[in-house]
Formats: sequence, structure tokens, C-alpha cells
Amino acid sequence: MSNSAERLAATGCYHCGLPLPGGPPIEFVIGERTRQFCCIGCQAVASAIVSGGLASFYQFRSADSGRPEQRPAGDADLAVWDMAELADDYLQHHPDGSVSASLAVDGITCAACNWLIEKHLGDCAGVVAVAVNGTTHRATLRWQPAQQAFSTLLKELRAIGYQATPLSPFARDTTSDKPLKDMLLRLGVAGLAMMQAGMVAIALYAGGYQDIDPHWQQLLRWLSWVLVTPVVFYSAVPFYRAAWRALRLGQLVMDLPVSLAIALAYSASCYATLRGGGEVYYDSVSMFCFFLLLGRYIEARLRYRNLLALYSADELLPPTALRVDDSGAEQSVTLRQLVRGDRLRIYPGQAIPCDGRVIEGSGSVEEALLTGEAAPQSKRVGDSVSAGTINGDNPLLIELSAVGQQTQLAAILRIAEQAAADKPAWVARADRLAGRFVAAVLLCASAVMLYWSLWAADPSLQHGFWVALSVLVVTCPCALSLATPTALAVAAGELRRDGLLVTNRHCLERLAAVNKVVFDKTGTLTAGRLTVVASEPLAAAAPLAPLAIAAALEQGSRHPVAVALSAAAGQPPLAVSEQQFSAGAGVIGRVAGARYGLGRADWLAAEFTLDAPPLAAGTALTSQVWLAGEPGWLARFELADQLRQSAPGAVAALRGDGQQLAVLSGDPSAQAALLLAPLAIADSQFGLRPDQKLTALRRAQQSGEVVAMVGDGINDVPVLRCADVSIAMGRAADVTQLAADALLLGDDLGALPRALRLARRTRAVIGQNIGWALGYNLLALPLAAAGMVPPWAAAIGMSSSSLIVLLNALRLKRGNRNG
Amino acid sequence: MQSLYFLIPLSLGVIGAALWLLFWAVKNGQYDDLNSEAERILFEEDDRAGRP
Repeated sequence: MSNSAERLAATGCYHCGLPLPGGPPIEFVIGERTRQFCCIGCQAVASAIVSGGLASFYQFRSADSGRPEQRPAGDADLAVWDMAELADDYLQHHPDGSVSASLAVDGITCAACNWLIEKHLGDCAGVVAVAVNGTTHRATLRWQPAQQAFSTLLKELRAIGYQATPLSPFARDTTSDKPLKDMLLRLGVAGLAMMQAGMVAIALYAGGYQDIDPHWQQLLRWLSWVLVTPVVFYSAVPFYRAAWRALRLGQLVMDLPVSLAIALAYSASCYATLRGGGEVYYDSVSMFCFFLLLGRYIEARLRYRNLLALYSADELLPPTALRVDDSGAEQSVTLRQLVRGDRLRIYPGQAIPCDGRVIEGSGSVEEALLTGEAAPQSKRVGDSVSAGTINGDNPLLIELSAVGQQTQLAAILRIAEQAAADKPAWVARADRLAGRFVAAVLLCASAVMLYWSLWAADPSLQHGFWVALSVLVVTCPCALSLATPTALAVAAGELRRDGLLVTNRHCLERLAAVNKVVFDKTGTLTAGRLTVVASEPLAAAAPLAPLAIAAALEQGSRHPVAVALSAAAGQPPLAVSEQQFSAGAGVIGRVAGARYGLGRADWLAAEFTLDAPPLAAGTALTSQVWLAGEPGWLARFELADQLRQSAPGAVAALRGDGQQLAVLSGDPSAQAALLLAPLAIADSQFGLRPDQKLTALRRAQQSGEVVAMVGDGINDVPVLRCADVSIAMGRAADVTQLAADALLLGDDLGALPRALRLARRTRAVIGQNIGWALGYNLLALPLAAAGMVPPWAAAIGMSSSSLIVLLNALRLKRGNRNG
Repeated sequence: MQSLYFLIPLSLGVIGAALWLLFWAVKNGQYDDLNSEAERILFEEDDRAGRP
């Protein structure tokens, strides 16, 4: 094990394995050896792990750990979890006074993480039990609330490098594994019964040729009856329920002939067993159930794993706000408790929970998610702010003007609801086929029964019944009902591995028909955040690196410029004092005793009484900030949003596949157009409001185009809901993700053309499967109607056609690209 | 052939036991985490020598 630890940490950070930055080493002694770390966060986590006596974690683990998130604000946000209103929702109370919570844990990379979390939390005072599931990344924690605050336990988890978020009751219900366990039990019963009934069936068929003694034949039939009865009354119940539900809604679904085939074949077999004559179909019934349940189980498991990924840790923050009362004291309250006129304190980095007016403080507010505009807006006393935007740098005090349904955010969501209602109707091909197929089979079986009972050479109702039954069993739609779900399940699994999480099952079929891909700009084609593209020193040999000073001045701010500078500086920031942000201008503060300013050149010139800075040859693509100190100008930084690295490749691949491309952006700036120029997307519109985007999209749909929309902002929600297929970026806001059919995890836009290609191959495979299943049925039907198919042949034909359908779907898996 | 009178009940008993085991395993959460349990044995139970 220690070899693997050495191998893992041979290069790069000992904790997370990322490359080490240059500059002064960040070190920590573990055992006898000094280890190097990439950042102060990783070092802190390693030190917490070692001082807890759990250093052997580094020997046990088989994968690098995740890099802990940098948190300038500290752990204050966790205090929310000690609020009584939330506790009632999120915690379960036990009779012995202890409480338990389900947590979604981010950062579990291998089995040793389970061990580390269980050991570390297990040692905390008051903890009764900890159980971590390494597959679902969920933990159950039970403790005595009298001895330990919930927030402290979450803080402990954060200290050893894991982000944990308690699951709301809704998330807990949605991601419960109960239905899956239930299906596994039904599948297990059907599987065991199928094997046993199959063995008995061989004895019966063989006996049929070798003149088995009727006494033994009867015994074996009763044995099959015992084995198969639980399958019919337990395993197959979901089919009956689904068929009944659809019938009441006036729909014919595949579950109806499935239920009929099971019920009729079973009753006929019972009848034959009781009377001691005729044919029994027990083995066919159990095999039929088993194959269908297997297909559905695979599909359900896939959907479950998608759900888990959807409800990952950082998506589940509870909506709370800091209310300021008349005495000036701050109190955490849930959003439900807010009323108009309340005053709220919004700290940098926090989302503004409702529409309001600034009554104290000034600063920049990020509205990118709401409007698509990349540049933050500066807000002063009296300006209005909207729900869903994020405070950039200074603390703000706002007075509520609207909550809930009256906010701008709610208005956009209403447009989205409207848009969803107008969405082009898509009915899954299999469902449409199912209705016709069911009607045809039922008609055919009745006709056959009538013929054999009335007009055949030797008419008898009994003979007619047996032939009609064999028609039903032979045409039993096993293969047909497996044709679509298996292919969709395999394809969705492949897509998830490739970084596209499918949240709507039917979107794959629609994806195959897409002929136009529309992008939002911010955050999809571009990274959606500024990066430092150039820095020019303006003074010779300063004692401190200009970038380090700039990062120190901006620390604690969520302004995109600040984030870009601290990312470029890499190192943990230097200490800063007397930090003062001015909205729309910049920041001034003291670093290592000297006063520095960062921001707009004209503002700095006034603050430090300097001449105008040397003219800079900046391009229209970048924004610029200057750094100045008491002696004069120190440096100039150029920042720009950049195209995603994968964007040109993805756009070229889409174009190569014959897709039309378009951009609908909410960003009105000239930079936006320039930035996208290398992609040469002719059909680009900028500065659109959500309803204008919707109009543009509808126009495309009306001209017959099938549109896939890729977006990430709240302003994209209406278009996402209206598009034929909507894809949200994994970092998008919650409402955006919920509106989308699929989520693009990670940064690779190349997953998009690959997904479109896979969707088309999936459509082809589904077509083949349906063709095969229908062909088989059409071939078998006349033979069965003529009374020429014995039960064993029907069973073999049915299961082999199901197997062929399954194997064909598996061709979609990676490594079988040629199909 | 008379042996069937003994063998059939015996096989039913075995199937019953298998079913009981399946229900127990699923309800008891034996299939919940198939990835990490296999490695759990490798981690020492108590190795707190270096503890301050």
C-alpha cells in the first residue's frame, strides 16, 4: 500500500496531486518526511488529518484527494445549520435524544475516504454513529445535539477536506434507493423461479417425447405452479399497475399486452394443471418476467445514479438570509419568514435572495446569471438589486421591495412555464408503436380464436382458446418492449461517462433529430470568467511582486477581477489592512505597511495625486486595471473572458456534422462579439432579453428546425424550456439545471458533438431493435395462428429475440464505435 | 423415480433459503456500497500511535 502512496505523491501536491506552484514551498512533515503542497488549503487538510492520528490515510488511499475549496469567508456560512427552523426539516429525531442527518459529501475519491471520515467524525464528542457510502457519496450521521453542534461536525468534515451538505427532505425522498431495492427483490424472485421452472420445463418437454407417466407429469406441473406463482403475484405487479394506470387515462401502453400475456398464460397453465390436460407455459411466464424486469432494473439504476449526480453537494444550500433588526443585530432567518420592508445584510459572495433597494453601502453586483451581461454592475444607495444576483465586494444593506412571486426572478420563471407549455410535442416512438401493436395483437388473437372455434375442420372452443393463447405468448412483446429502454439506458450511461448527464429520458431521441445548436455566450462558449492575459510592470524593481499586492488588495471580494487576480497570483494572499472598496472604481488598502490602490486609472490618479498613466495599447477585447502606490504607478493588468479551450474544436465538429449554429446572447457589449469572432458563427445576436431570445428560438422552430439550446444563466431558462433539447452547463444556477434535459459536467464542450453522434447511433439501434422485434413477431404469428408452435419453441424464440435486442443495444458501449 | 418425493421438497427448501437470504441481504443494505467495503479490511482498525 505504501508503494501506491509514494507513486501517487511522487510529483505534485502530496494531498491532491496537482502540480506545485513555483515560489516558496508549502511544506508539512508527515512521519519522518517533509511533504510538499500546492496550496495552504491542502496543507491545512493534511495537518488536520495527521494531528487526528489518521496519517495512515495517505497509505490506504488509491486515488488522489480533491483540492479543498478556498474560502476567504471562513466557516461562518455553516452556522445556518444550527437554526431551529432548518433543523426540524433536515434532521430526524430519535427516542434517545439523538438526531440524525443524511449528508451529500463532495470529495470522496476512494475507499480510504470512507475510512477517514468515519474515523475522524467517530472521534468527535457526542457522535453516536457515522456510516459513509462510497458508491453514492452519501453519509448518515447520528449524534447527541446536546453535546455537539451540527455546524461543528460539518466544520470538522471541511477541515479534513470534504464538503458536506445536509439533504433536504425533498432531496432525501427523491434520491431514496427504496424503489431500486424493491425492484432488485422482484428481479431476484423472478430469476430464481425462472431457473427452477426452466429445469422442470426441460423434464416436461423431454417427458413429452418419451411418454412420461401422467402421474409424474402432473407432479412436475404442480411443482412449476409453486415456483411461478410468486413471480405472477409479486414480481410482475409493477406491470399490472402501470397498465391499469395508463388504461384509466385512456392510453394503450406496452405494459398492457405484457400484463395480458402474463395473466392469460398463467391462468391457462393453472387451468391445464387442474384439469390434467392441455399445455403449461409456466417457464415462459417466469422467463418473460425476468427479462423485462432486468431491462427495467438496469434502466432504473441508471436513472438513480443520474439523480445522485444531480443532487451533488453544493446544489443544496438552504435559502436563508441575514435580517437586521432595529438595534442593528443580525439574525439568520429562512426566506419564508421575510416580508416587505425587512432589512437584509448581504456579505460579499452571497446571493441576493429577493428584489430590494440598497440603503447602505455600495459595491458591484454580478448580474451575469440574470441578464447574461458579463461585467458586474455597480450599485449605490438607492439603486435596486434583483433576486438571484450575487454581491461582489462590499457588504450591502438592502430593504426588501418584493419577495417570492413578485420578484424579477419569478417573472422570468413564469415566462419559462409559458414556454414549456408551447414546447413542440414529442411522443416517444415506442409508445406510439405500442398502442398500435397492442390493438393489432388483441384483434388478431380474437380472430384466431373465433376461426378455430367456429369455422375450422373440427371446431371447438377449447382448441380455439389454446391457439389464441399461443398467439399471445409468441407475439409476447418482450423484445419490442425492451428495444427502446435498453438502448436508451446504455447510451445514457455512455454519455454520463463522457460528461453529459441526461436528466430527461426522452431527450436522447430528440437529440438525434437536432439540426441546429444554439449557444448562449457567457459561460458556454466562453469560460464566463475573467483571466489575467497580460501584466505590464510600470515601475522598476518593486520589493513585492505587483500581482501579489493586487491579489492581497482584492482578497475577500467576489468581483470577477478579484477572482482572476488571485487565481493568477496562485499563492495565498498577503495580509491586508484598511481595505476599502469603491463601487465601479477599485480598492485601496495597506499591504506590508505601504498604501496601495487597484482600479480605474483616472480614479487612482485622483486618489494618489498622480499624472495620467503611460498610454497602454490595450485591445477592445480586454478590460484593464492599474496598480498604484505612494511612489507612483506600479503595474497594469489586462483581463479578458476567454473562449473555452474546447470551444473551437466543438464548433468545428458540429459544423462538420452538418449542424447549423447560432448564438443568442444577453450580453450587449462589443467585447462579446469580438470574443466570438474566431468561431465565425454567422447567426449571432447580442444584447437580447429573455423574451427576445424566446422569440428568436420560436422563429427557428417554426421554420422547421429542431433546436438544441446550450445555456447557463437564469435568463436562459425560458429558451431552455422551449428548445427541443436543452443542455445546461454543470455550473449553472439551480433553476437553470432543473429546466434542462441534460447537464454538461466539466468543461469539455467536445462532449456535445460526441453526444449528438451517439444519439444518432442510438436512434439507429432502436430502429434495428424495433424492426427485429416486429419482424420476429410477424414471422411467428402465422405459425402460431396455424397452431404449429409448441410451447417450448415459443419460449426459445421469445428469449432469444430478447437477447438479440439486448446485445444489439450493448453495441452502443464505448469501444464498439464501428456499429 | 420415487426419489422425486424427497428431492422436490429438498429443492424447494433450498430455493426458500436462497430467497430468504436475498431478502435479508437487500434489506440489510449488503448491496448498498459494492465499491468500498472490499477494501475496508485493509485499513487498520486502530493505529493511533502518533496521536498527540
